[in-house]
Amino acid sequence: MIWLAVAIAGGLGAAARFVVDAWITARLRSPAPWGTAIVNVSGSFAAGLVAGNVSTGVLTGPTGVILAGGFLGAYTTFSTAMVQAAQQWLDDRRTAGMVNLIGTLVGCGIAAGAGVLMTGR
Amino acid sequence: MVDPGPPSGHHIGLVFLGGTVGAVVRVAFATWFPVSVGAYPLTTFVENVTGAFLLATVLTIVAVRRVVDPTVPLLVGTGALGAFTTYSTLAVELVSLQADGHLLTLALYSAGSLATGILAAVAGIAVGRRLGSGRGSHDQDAGDGAT
Repeated sequence: MIWLAVAIAGGLGAAARFVVDAWITARLRSPAPWGTAIVNVSGSFAAGLVAGNVSTGVLTGPTGVILAGGFLGAYTTFSTAMVQAAQQWLDDRRTAGMVNLIGTLVGCGIAAGAGVLMTGR
Repeated sequence: MVDPGPPSGHHIGLVFLGGTVGAVVRVAFATWFPVSVGAYPLTTFVENVTGAFLLATVLTIVAVRRVVDPTVPLLVGTGALGAFTTYSTLAVELVSLQADGHLLTLALYSAGSLATGILAAVAGIAVGRRLGSGRGSHDQDAGDGAT
């Protein structure tokens, strides 16, 4: 049953990423892949909230795995971020590619840390 | 990144289906290969780098062959490989390493994920161009925009 829940949560997370990314990309009309970056930072913040609530005992049982491993793990994506940064690099938008690459990692780390802190851990 | 324009229900369904598989496989690996506290998060690292290579390969083959049908990029790419890799788990692992004072591992994991990840994507693009142009070593250039 846990695996079924992880599967459904993962499908929903991937679908949410697809919709949010398309929505942001259609509105910003920027050559930079902002959709993926915003998805990853927002998902990392939420994962920090989940991790904090698991460590304080607010979330118990399989809920943490279903939310963090299933939904948020699939909502955020490393592969797309890397492919987009590689394409920026190969298209000679090297500075933008490096800013995207490092900025996403720093942004996701800070967002996850903020999420954990907000749970009062 | 596949198909600009409002996503249709059919497209969302393909991403959902792929996402169920990618997420289960990722969580299964995390269960089978747990990483102890303070250690280099090797399981997430290997999943992420492998997924970056495979996604670059698949998307490049689709682009080189000018495949119009979005089934493969959405089901396998955005769905399965997008969900197989994760940024949120990586981010939480960075926070734990920082909180526990494992700063060297934190630096190695950060730099290692980015450097290996982008190299894997560049390698995947190169492999995809070769496979997409008909696996021969003779006509390797069919990659970008011949006509």
